[in-house]
Amino acid sequence: MESSRSSVPTIPGFLGKVMKPLPLAPLQPLLAMCIRAALKKHPRIFDRLDTYADKRFGLNPTDLPFAFVLEPRRQNASAQAVRELPDGLDVKITGPFFALMGLADGYYDGDALFFSRDLTVEGDMEAVVALRNALDDAKIDFPELFAANLGPFAPAAEKATRAALELLRGRRENPTYTREEKSWN
Amino acid sequence: MELICPAGTPAAFEAAVDAGADAVYCGYRDATNARNFPGLNFSYQEMRDAVRYAHARRVHVLVAVNTFPKAGQPELWHRAVDEACDAGADALILADIGLLDYAAKKHPKQRLHISVQAAAANPDAIRFYQQAFGVRRVVLPRVLSVHEIAAVAAATTVETEVFVFGGLCVMAEGRCSLSSYATGKSPNMNGVCSPASHVTYADDGDTMVSRLGAFTINVFRRDEAAAYPTLCKGRFVTSAGEGYLFEDPVSLDAASLLPGLKEAGVTALKIEGRQRGRAYIADVVRSFRQALTDLEAGRPVAASGLKAMSEGQSNTEGAYRKTWR
Repeated sequence: MESSRSSVPTIPGFLGKVMKPLPLAPLQPLLAMCIRAALKKHPRIFDRLDTYADKRFGLNPTDLPFAFVLEPRRQNASAQAVRELPDGLDVKITGPFFALMGLADGYYDGDALFFSRDLTVEGDMEAVVALRNALDDAKIDFPELFAANLGPFAPAAEKATRAALELLRGRRENPTYTREEKSWN
Repeated sequence: MELICPAGTPAAFEAAVDAGADAVYCGYRDATNARNFPGLNFSYQEMRDAVRYAHARRVHVLVAVNTFPKAGQPELWHRAVDEACDAGADALILADIGLLDYAAKKHPKQRLHISVQAAAANPDAIRFYQQAFGVRRVVLPRVLSVHEIAAVAAATTVETEVFVFGGLCVMAEGRCSLSSYATGKSPNMNGVCSPASHVTYADDGDTMVSRLGAFTINVFRRDEAAAYPTLCKGRFVTSAGEGYLFEDPVSLDAASLLPGLKEAGVTALKIEGRQRGRAYIADVVRSFRQALTDLEAGRPVAASGLKAMSEGQSNTEGAYRKTWR
């Protein structure tokens, strides 16, 4: 069974090269803000993660010159950008940035990304499954999250981010089905 | 025919309802249902909320309590049955005879369905469940041809529900011990086949090796689509060569057989995948809703186009087009 690659977009190689010498420091407060906002808005994530909230997750985008370490603890949750993933992580998830992002906001089905080989997972599989299910249930809206703390610029920033995302990975149309009355004996 | 759709989380539940499910099946977050994965399933309160959401949109809710209680410890299973009835479930999907007896006696007005986990594949077995517990529907195992399904449907007044898409188990469901053998944990009692606690993947860039417990299940080349780490779909090396001895790692897709299933007298079509994400639920449910709309309108049913969602990125019509005997 040959793998037919999914339509996950990748960040062009030249952009990765451009980003490589840039410092990661400016990213850290943005990531901290995003994870705090996400966990505050979606507390059910903790219920679904249960004891796996104490695990350390490494997210390794293959098309970016840095990676992320996620620690979704109930107290002091953190997300950090790192040049290379450290040893000792409980989980490592590798794939194009937009595959990782789509896994987090439910745009893509995690199993389908695994079947197409866009995503590889290593480490504690129970923690991987718990994280995937918790995030998929949360319906995280990255444009909203990103713009949340931008004050008067929030509406414009959210709109621009949403438009950019739709341009890059397409718009997921989910029209609500209209049903007629049915009876059941 | 009704479209019965899976949901493993409240968000997936809403996706299934909004995409056109006639009924959604789901289970509690414990060992009482056969998709007991970490982070999945419903708390008692979430189930009540889901039932309200569904009923407000004229959609039914089927609660799966379809594992087998541990001997002498039926309390968790009894509570799941009681909770589901109190929550307003339109039907319970049960496999264990003791649990069916409990549900039939304690909740005599509750609609009961036989789970695929009961492996009731012939009219005699189905009639037993009907006469003993008043069951109204059977979810047929995925081992029958369309012709055989028609024969079963004609021989009983119990409604028939058949799988049309998703993970394909061709074992005697509820009896299979392959995963138990490899992990020491029974899917039929703990609710997980190939539990994540016993799964490992190792990827060196060229190949990806999947293991279940001490068994290597598969070694995928870089250009090969991957599959679940189940022993029944493992790639074996024997004196006759290398290959899939039990079954290929593929998903069922019976979209093209919908006219035949309708003619066979099938009442409901079931989509597998409570462990899948919202994107899968929305795409697959919408695809089959369109197929059913086309069928009812007398239009040809188009191929589902859901290979990207399928295990191994491949599909089969499975036993429905049984050609091997």
